[in-house]
Amino acid sequence: MKPEDHSERTLELAGWPVRVTSYKLGGAYRAQADNVSPGANIARAKGATKEEAEQRVLAKAEERLAATRVMPLE
Amino acid sequence: MADYSHPDMLVSTGWVSEHSADENIRVVEVDVDTSAYDEGHIPGAVGWAWNTQLCDTVQRDIIPKDEFEKLMSSSGIGNDTTVILYGDNNNWFAAWALWQLKIYGHADVRLMNGGRKKWVAEGRDLSSDAPSPAEAGYTAADADNSIRAFLPDVHNAVDAGSVELVDVRSPDEFSGKILSPPGLPETCQRGGHIPGASNIPWAKACNEDGTFKNADELQALYAGAGITGAKPVIAYCRIGERSSHSWFVLKYLLGLDGVTNYDGSWTEWGNLVGAPIERGA
Repeated sequence: MKPEDHSERTLELAGWPVRVTSYKLGGAYRAQADNVSPGANIARAKGATKEEAEQRVLAKAEERLAATRVMPLE
Repeated sequence: MADYSHPDMLVSTGWVSEHSADENIRVVEVDVDTSAYDEGHIPGAVGWAWNTQLCDTVQRDIIPKDEFEKLMSSSGIGNDTTVILYGDNNNWFAAWALWQLKIYGHADVRLMNGGRKKWVAEGRDLSSDAPSPAEAGYTAADADNSIRAFLPDVHNAVDAGSVELVDVRSPDEFSGKILSPPGLPETCQRGGHIPGASNIPWAKACNEDGTFKNADELQALYAGAGITGAKPVIAYCRIGERSSHSWFVLKYLLGLDGVTNYDGSWTEWGNLVGAPIERGA
């Protein structure tokens, strides 16, 4: 099987820049969310449509990003 | 344009597409998110879970030699097999696996330039079938720790100013603003960096498609930050995987001698009682 309908976009989520990548694979859509800096995968999700997969991955990613503490720098 | 010092350490996605089924080639996927392999991988590729198969599962360490031999053997890898590693996050853990294969003396191991990201973006074949390779006998060499830095090495280096220390984490991690990459669990008690370290985030070595920048760009990146190889270089990050990526760049693409990966990294240094720490950019 080949990944199709590949797309990538950057958006801000819970105050952090995030890259969302999605594609169709084997009849389902796959989506993943990575933080832009440093570029680590935060979440993956699957859905029947691109919108559904992205919605799920963004929900998971937002929850995890919201837990990131910003420390005061003197 | 200058070429990489060891261009043979990289293969392209196109090369893998043509040669992945060749006798004596074994493709291995190593991901940060180990579910990525199950979703779909290069046909015939074996999947390694970094957190269970490439670590000592009791004490914090790399995989022990006897376990390494079992892993290689059960993956159908013999001492003469050419191993092609790739993975997500631009090959973070693939580079970490490569570093371990070199510690145990595997002769021919290479990275697929661009990793999983490029393979998927190019719409190349993926399979959800896990292969069952025949056992191959494997004998590992004793660990070569000349490419690995341990805590005392870093302590001594900081005290003596005898090495170039490269922190490859993001600027926010380096400054101490955050304790881990956004969205990932915190694994240290304090934010900041090892005194004297230069911050050269790993991603600066990569193009948008996940491939490595060319040799001239890499040379300019590191030399511009004062990393010339005039002294030994120690690379570190949070747990040693991103710094394996930078170690690979410095050692094999730029050809610097005396480059080591401090896999204890910030989760070790940043948790030490009394260790000196710097904050800010």
